[in-house]
Amino acid sequence: MKLNERSVAHYATCDSPPDKTGFLFKKGERNTAYHRRWFVLKGNMLFYFEERDAREPVGVIVLEGCTVELCESAEEFAFAVKFDCAKARVYKMAAESQAAMESWVKALSRASFDYMRLVVKELERQLEEIQGAGAGGLQGSAPPTAGPSPAQKGLQDEVQLPSDSSKENGVAWSKPPAAWSNGSADGASCVAWEACTDPGNNHGARAPPVPPRRRGASLESPVSPGTGCFSKLHDWYGREVEELRTQWLQSQ
Amino acid sequence: MRFNEKEMVSLSRQPSEMAAELGMRGPKKGDVVKKRLVKLVVNFLFYFRTDEEEPIGALLLEQCRVEREDTQVFSIVFLDEAERKYLFECNSEEQCGEWVDSIIKASYEFMRKNLIFYRTEIHRLTGKDPLEQYGISDETRFQVNNGLQLMPRDTSSL
Repeated sequence: MKLNERSVAHYATCDSPPDKTGFLFKKGERNTAYHRRWFVLKGNMLFYFEERDAREPVGVIVLEGCTVELCESAEEFAFAVKFDCAKARVYKMAAESQAAMESWVKALSRASFDYMRLVVKELERQLEEIQGAGAGGLQGSAPPTAGPSPAQKGLQDEVQLPSDSSKENGVAWSKPPAAWSNGSADGASCVAWEACTDPGNNHGARAPPVPPRRRGASLESPVSPGTGCFSKLHDWYGREVEELRTQWLQSQ
Repeated sequence: MRFNEKEMVSLSRQPSEMAAELGMRGPKKGDVVKKRLVKLVVNFLFYFRTDEEEPIGALLLEQCRVEREDTQVFSIVFLDEAERKYLFECNSEEQCGEWVDSIIKASYEFMRKNLIFYRTEIHRLTGKDPLEQYGISDETRFQVNNGLQLMPRDTSSL
């Protein structure tokens, strides 16, 4: 099957910010030794390079529809990227520390386009509700101590729905590490909304109370304030597209 | 560059709202228009020979630009090789418009921008970060200032 490889490789190395980068060991296909590679995660594409400053990736793993699991291995901090299709290859990887492993597993299991789409839809819905309700943001979330709030539950339901057309990445690692996952891949129920990140938790423990509102991280919109309606959103993109176009034309 | 072809073929089989027979012309000089079943799945555009199960190829729709060329024709161009155009001939003006729209929205990066927009808007209107209730506020992919990750962050609330 053909792929627009040059452009895909360009995406890997262009200056759009990656979601995660770092060294990982990857088990080879024919040569079953683990090779240390530099990995770059962008969107639902996991690129790997021979070295950190290599100009072109050796390869890419399209992550759509995958599940990520801890795996039993002689190798420490090992995990696997698996796909639910016939004769799919299992990508075995190993990180260089426990923290790195956890971080990668989390990042990879949420890398799918479908997941991003889900979150966007949810926020879009929330925004519409807020705007519908008029001033005052009464749509805030109650601390989910007694169980998921309606909005949260809606999203969780949607996520947990087994669906042919929408494969989300499962997060088997949310189980306590002692339970080496093998059968966790009824992927649909596995998306961890960080409720179970603490390995000491019982599986299925309630979500922790919502922490106090974070300060410091700037949530100031990069656009002019007041872009609360769709036509303005389009204007905003339109301007950005114009700028990009101008830049590109000037670089010709 | 290696890629997980089997998994991509499997992906191409997923149901899609945007699938149609279009005239497709490759970017090389001398390429002619051929009838292809064109199918949009997540951020990939797969193209098949009619009635074949396996796609001939796929285009990753990141870092590209879609444009209307004519009433019924649109093009896709990748930013790293902007002189190479893939052309698609539709069967109606309306269909052409739908495809252009869908492809623009089919990029991960486009969705990310949307998300950032909604997140900041909701925060502006309510004072709350809508991602916090899901415990995903800190994920890199949702950061407003992605690319400035090196700045130390206030973690007093964590």
